[in-house]
Amino acid sequence: MPEHDVLIIGAGLAGQRAALAAAQAGANVAIMSKVHPVRSHSVAAAGGINAAISVDDDWHSHAYDTVKGSDFLGDQDAIEVMCSEAPQEVMHLEHMGVTFHRNAKGEMDLRAFGGASMKRTAYVADITGQALLHVLYEQLLKHHETVARYEEWFTTSLLLGEDGSCCGAVARDVRSGHMEAFTAKNVILACGGAGQAYKPTTNGLIVTGDGIAMAYRAGAPLMDMEMVQYHPTCLVETGILITEGARGEGAHLLNANGERFMEKSAPNKMELASRDVVSRAEQIEIDEGRGVGPDKAGIYLDVTVVPRKRTLEALREIVNLGRDFAGVDITREPIMIRPGQHYIMGGVKTDVDGRTPIDGLYAAGEVACVSVHGGNRLGANSLLDTLIFGRRAGEHAAARAASMGMPRVDANAGLRRDGEMIDAILARDGGGPTHPTPPRRVSEIKRELGETMNKQVAVFRDEQGLQSALETVARLKEESECASIDDRGTVFNQDVLGAIELGFMLDCAQATVVAAIERKESRGAQFRTDFPERNDAAWLKHIDITLVGDEPEVSYSPVTITQWQPEERKY
Amino acid sequence: MAEVHDRREGGVESFMLRLLRYDPESGQAPYWDEHTVQLEPHRSVLEAVLQAKDRFDGSIGIRCSCRQAICGSCGVRVNGEPALACHTHLDAAKASARDGVIEIEPMGNMPVIKDLIVDMDAVHWKKIQRVTPWLLAKQPVPEREYIVSKESMVDVTQTMACIQCGACVSDCLAMEVDPGFIGPAALAKAYRFVGDPRDAEHYERLNDLAQDPQGIFDCTHCFKCVQACPKDVNPMGQIMRLRRTATQDFHIVDQNNGERHEAAFATLIRNNGILWEAELIPRSYGGNSWFGKFAPAAGRELLSSVPTAIKGLLRRKMTLTGILRPHKIPSQDLKAVQSIYDKIESRPERYELNLYVVGEDEAPASSPEGEPAGAASGAEGSTS
Repeated sequence: MPEHDVLIIGAGLAGQRAALAAAQAGANVAIMSKVHPVRSHSVAAAGGINAAISVDDDWHSHAYDTVKGSDFLGDQDAIEVMCSEAPQEVMHLEHMGVTFHRNAKGEMDLRAFGGASMKRTAYVADITGQALLHVLYEQLLKHHETVARYEEWFTTSLLLGEDGSCCGAVARDVRSGHMEAFTAKNVILACGGAGQAYKPTTNGLIVTGDGIAMAYRAGAPLMDMEMVQYHPTCLVETGILITEGARGEGAHLLNANGERFMEKSAPNKMELASRDVVSRAEQIEIDEGRGVGPDKAGIYLDVTVVPRKRTLEALREIVNLGRDFAGVDITREPIMIRPGQHYIMGGVKTDVDGRTPIDGLYAAGEVACVSVHGGNRLGANSLLDTLIFGRRAGEHAAARAASMGMPRVDANAGLRRDGEMIDAILARDGGGPTHPTPPRRVSEIKRELGETMNKQVAVFRDEQGLQSALETVARLKEESECASIDDRGTVFNQDVLGAIELGFMLDCAQATVVAAIERKESRGAQFRTDFPERNDAAWLKHIDITLVGDEPEVSYSPVTITQWQPEERKY
Repeated sequence: MAEVHDRREGGVESFMLRLLRYDPESGQAPYWDEHTVQLEPHRSVLEAVLQAKDRFDGSIGIRCSCRQAICGSCGVRVNGEPALACHTHLDAAKASARDGVIEIEPMGNMPVIKDLIVDMDAVHWKKIQRVTPWLLAKQPVPEREYIVSKESMVDVTQTMACIQCGACVSDCLAMEVDPGFIGPAALAKAYRFVGDPRDAEHYERLNDLAQDPQGIFDCTHCFKCVQACPKDVNPMGQIMRLRRTATQDFHIVDQNNGERHEAAFATLIRNNGILWEAELIPRSYGGNSWFGKFAPAAGRELLSSVPTAIKGLLRRKMTLTGILRPHKIPSQDLKAVQSIYDKIESRPERYELNLYVVGEDEAPASSPEGEPAGAASGAEGSTS
């Protein structure tokens, strides 16, 4: 049975950064991912990474923009940590080999991004996430002697000791179907968000809330789960993301009348207001009949105002995306976009060292909620979040490991439990045409979940819609218990993994809906048409969701305010 | 049908898919499996496979995630050609199908695990590890960023854009013949460091890859990888740049006669306008001059090629005069060829084609006045 000081689940930016940090601190490290690390969804982050590296900039300014972007729900101590450590982290990445775009002097160039008071986004064309992820993977290859890699291993659950601490995880080797229990002094969850609970979403098919759900089932509280970011510029048909970098380079948003409608809601920042503000403005245009396209469901993003050479050099990926996925040459004509689910600000509640309330369990990146993003994440702050808190979690977990022995845990019990769970899925009766109530396919349940969330737990929400979503999710949860699958094999049985993922997504969705019902105000990404104002007196607090028995239980925790008192938010 | 995104009127059509399935646990050989899906023609082959998987047979195996050609998971062969499934439109795939049925198979040059899933670790990632795929940073490491030219970073960004999908590996003809060839993806990765001014070991990397019989001179210029790459990484172009840097900048003379062969090639074309094979062999082995043939290595190679030459003569593929005298082309054509050489060589720096650097072969559209504030430094940057 494998034993490690630090077991990291998820190999995107947060996981890989945590692995490198823990290994550097001398720990025996393993990193596990259900896909090959470079397939992790961090690869799709396009626009860049924020850091106050310019001589004219100051991390306090970055921190204030982040606090304001969060609609004052972000914890300011955590935001201070992230923003003050950002410049050093970005330099460290540059030294590792990230090919950051340079200015004429040969220094790192910076581009403008939404909600930022100055240019502070370092970038590699519009493949920043990919460049960062691949460079970190280069480092993992370099440090192959100190970091064990379990690539294409699917984690099914966390192992808990008798005292309730986390002592490892159970996983299935996707290639062989072999189940294994891993004992670890510490586990770091770094397996991303839960975007696939929405349809459409910018997130990849692998982003199914595994880490959030596993921690939740282990008893860890989830925080800010109602805060779901809709990105303002996603392709109308597929939900594929067009980077905020496009607006950072100067692109305009236009309604059917050709008006730059952002003038109304953000006269100063215009297209570069916070994402929640821009998405709401777009949705209002669409809802009031000023959308573009055959059924007026879109908004024009006009990149033609950016010099063509600059577009080809710095926005090459979206030139290709426009051509290949929408049939539009964005250097010549506007492209149709709309808001689309993009990011979950909420997640497993952690402190600034990635610690969850469960001993031995850490979380970092989108799976976690520190909370640095509060009600709304600024563009180019997520890459930063993954790296800063991935590193801090890795360092802290390594230090903790050094002071303790390998935990004793009945790993076989966990192994048996998950083995039986998978056997039960494999044994599900497909029903067939003669079945009285034939069970639905996993894919059908997933589709209904996604469409429900995108309709009722989206940019605008109200009590009635949320209650209806809550009922739907509860019904789908029940149905998912017997959802049918076809594959009974062991090698690359994606069908059985899909059934497990569906359960993860439903847990995340339920927590999101419960929290959205609870928060009776409008703040950040949560806009309640029945409670359209922000209400600091009642709701300047985090909503925590904990699984008690089989039901989500709501509690509150305070928002940490250090130097920036809540004020009216204008862009 | 409840497709949320069926927004175009009457857009949905039927497409037939023919998937090459393989179940390693069945003990059976691979077999063809057909499904009909309903999608709009501009949707992707991946969406079609996923619809078949979602509706008809959940056991179809395919790696996929992002659906937007950035994660590199869904490399397959569509109608025999390597491609990302998510990056291939159904209408185009149908048009290129032999009988209207879109054929989808696993990639080549790598063992199949199940259905469309291949073992990339056994081939692709092993080769990536061969090229020391991490920065060997110049010392001392500066406190802030390394100061390097804008062009150098944009240049290596082209190879950084590789998503490790394996399409080029799937289609590499040299690797089919010589499975040990380091191959297009890994060598493109090598250029990412050789082209990076922050790397301290350009010479060591190049010497290693030049001296390796399965290194940069093992490529046969078939252009298959260039065509296969969904991200315009131009792997063969990167291999050629490694060769030019190794030979012209570092003057590495390799044991594979690669440097001499290229020099001989270029010289013979310049002199004659067309290749003179009989002179190419001795020069490649003995040195790039008429005297090359007297070197012992050239002699041995010439002797060993005598049977081939005799066969060629007997089959009238070669003539004796063709062997002994240079081939000729009309003098104005020769002049045209030589003017290409003059033009290229008169440039102060070697001309390297890189899409990120040169954009497209087209004058930029006139940029509008009154640029928004956000784009100011971008515009400066792009004109510098």
